[in-house]
Amino acid sequence: MSEIKIQIKNLFKIFGKNPKSALEKVKNGVNKDELLEKHNHVLGLKDINLDIKEKSIQVVMGLSGSGKSTLIRHINRLIEPTDGSVVVDGDDVLKMNDESLRNFRRTKTAMVFQRFALLPHKTVLENTKFGLHIQNIDEKESDIRARRWIDRVGLSGYEEKYPQHLSGGMQQRVGLARALTNDGEILLMDEAFSALDPLIRKDMQDILLELQDELHKTVVFITHDLDEALKIGDRIAILKDGIMDQEGIPADILLSPKTQYVKDFVEDVNRARVIKAKHIMSKLNGQNRDNAMLVDQDDFIDRFIDKVISEKPSCLIVKNKHNDEIGYLSTKRLSEILKR
Amino acid sequence: MEDFLSEFPELSRETLRFIKKGFDASYRAFSREYGDTIEAVFDPVLYFLVWFEKLLQNSPWPIVLICFLAVIYFGSRKISVTIGSLFAFLLIGIFGMWEDTMSTVSIIGVCTMLSIGIGIPVGVLMAKSERAQRICTPILDVMQTMPSFVYLIPVVMLLGIGKIPGLLAVVIYAIPPIIRLTNLGIREVDKEVLEAADAFGANPRQKLFQVQLPLALPTIFAGINQTIMMALAMVVIASMIGVKGLGQPVLKAITNQYFAMGLFNGLAIVALAIIFDRVSQSFGHRIQQHRSGSRE
Repeated sequence: MSEIKIQIKNLFKIFGKNPKSALEKVKNGVNKDELLEKHNHVLGLKDINLDIKEKSIQVVMGLSGSGKSTLIRHINRLIEPTDGSVVVDGDDVLKMNDESLRNFRRTKTAMVFQRFALLPHKTVLENTKFGLHIQNIDEKESDIRARRWIDRVGLSGYEEKYPQHLSGGMQQRVGLARALTNDGEILLMDEAFSALDPLIRKDMQDILLELQDELHKTVVFITHDLDEALKIGDRIAILKDGIMDQEGIPADILLSPKTQYVKDFVEDVNRARVIKAKHIMSKLNGQNRDNAMLVDQDDFIDRFIDKVISEKPSCLIVKNKHNDEIGYLSTKRLSEILKR
Repeated sequence: MEDFLSEFPELSRETLRFIKKGFDASYRAFSREYGDTIEAVFDPVLYFLVWFEKLLQNSPWPIVLICFLAVIYFGSRKISVTIGSLFAFLLIGIFGMWEDTMSTVSIIGVCTMLSIGIGIPVGVLMAKSERAQRICTPILDVMQTMPSFVYLIPVVMLLGIGKIPGLLAVVIYAIPPIIRLTNLGIREVDKEVLEAADAFGANPRQKLFQVQLPLALPTIFAGINQTIMMALAMVVIASMIGVKGLGQPVLKAITNQYFAMGLFNGLAIVALAIIFDRVSQSFGHRIQQHRSGSRE
């Protein structure tokens, strides 16, 4: 499939006075609570391995204190790891010197923050241009680029306002425009929508998905909200206490949670809204297909469930974009999925 | 035993005298050796101060007054402050204190410029380095609490009596707030905003000039305001070592018990203080208007 853009390997992060010696203990099996109690060190991340595919949205999910914000800060090295490696496009981020790290941050990545982190003394336009300004890009050009993205996130007319005069949702649009103006291939979003009202959050999620359809960035998205994770994630990694519990496509995580923690997490999710036909279909194998109903592979269950109930087909045939039949789904399987 | 408890055990009188004498002698030797060099270092400042004072005193008073009012208006953007200042200056002139006031304004102006020029870089250094903060904090404590007469002594021994020692004494007394508040303002900058600057690849210089200093500006301005006020308060004491201005008549009034003279000149200092304060405060407010409320 697509190439791996970001490769995180055996990443450890320990906070404290002497992380190196604590690292040995963690590698020898000391757990988080014991490390804190006996050795006064905080285990941030433990042996994280994660391959993030190019042009996909990788969600990292976990409750507060799970280490998800720590993890995302390792990708652009706002935090130094205690051990491990982070490789982006074949370059080890941790081996870069100050100059090349700055270059990497300027051109490859852009970040959106939970509490927006806008500069209060600069206007919306100046904030949006900030990344380009740092790179000493010509004023005229950065103006054009910034205005394009301000327009794209729906803030035309607000260019000369100050962040304080905008609502939270609008401020985060500025944050998004600032990140997009930088035009890096990697977009790091640290709980970018968590501080927003539910309705505005949904808006922002839609904007992000819409933009992603056209821009195909590699997005790392941190959230504590499972619905959000399922909605926007191509893949989801679940962190708990600095350990990665499970990583996979949303449907896999819903259908086969590996640990109790993940199970608890996904229990109350409305599956019909998350699972697509392609996730639960089986191979076409000469099954009886009288009175079959055709569904698109990318349709969520709740797109076709009403029709299934009213038309009562004997089974469903799954097709792809080019109308090729690619899979089979029995109504029995469908009802099992929904019942659990 | 009883002696020991009732009297604090102290060094003998001879030893103490020896220590003090030795200290004084070595400082005297130092000032004899280096006094001229150090004085020469301050020559440019002296020239500037004298030039500025002469400019204010020798220009026709209406022009000086109009310039002042223009600065006050553009600094504060308040008609009320401007008109109030006009009356204050007119009264000062009518009561025969115009020349002294010009001297005071010139020395306060130069002291403020020096304090800003030295204080902000030192404050930045303190904010950037823990070690610098550990070294500077006790020095600032001493500068603020040491009775000002005490450090007048070595300054006078070193440079004699005159404008420069007075200037130095005022700066030493007035500079701590601006250093402290620059340090504080930079340290208080929102960590997430700094992180954002890092994430977009800002180098330390860009962070300082585009994020930290602008965000610290309101706090720095509070420091500048404090510095000006303290400089004004020091004017009277500095007049003891030959700084001309409103302080000298006050000093004369104290020694001769001229109450009215002391009162007039004292009120002139108060008027200057209020004008400086209002102008610098409303200027400070204006530069941070993006923080709240509407823009003009």
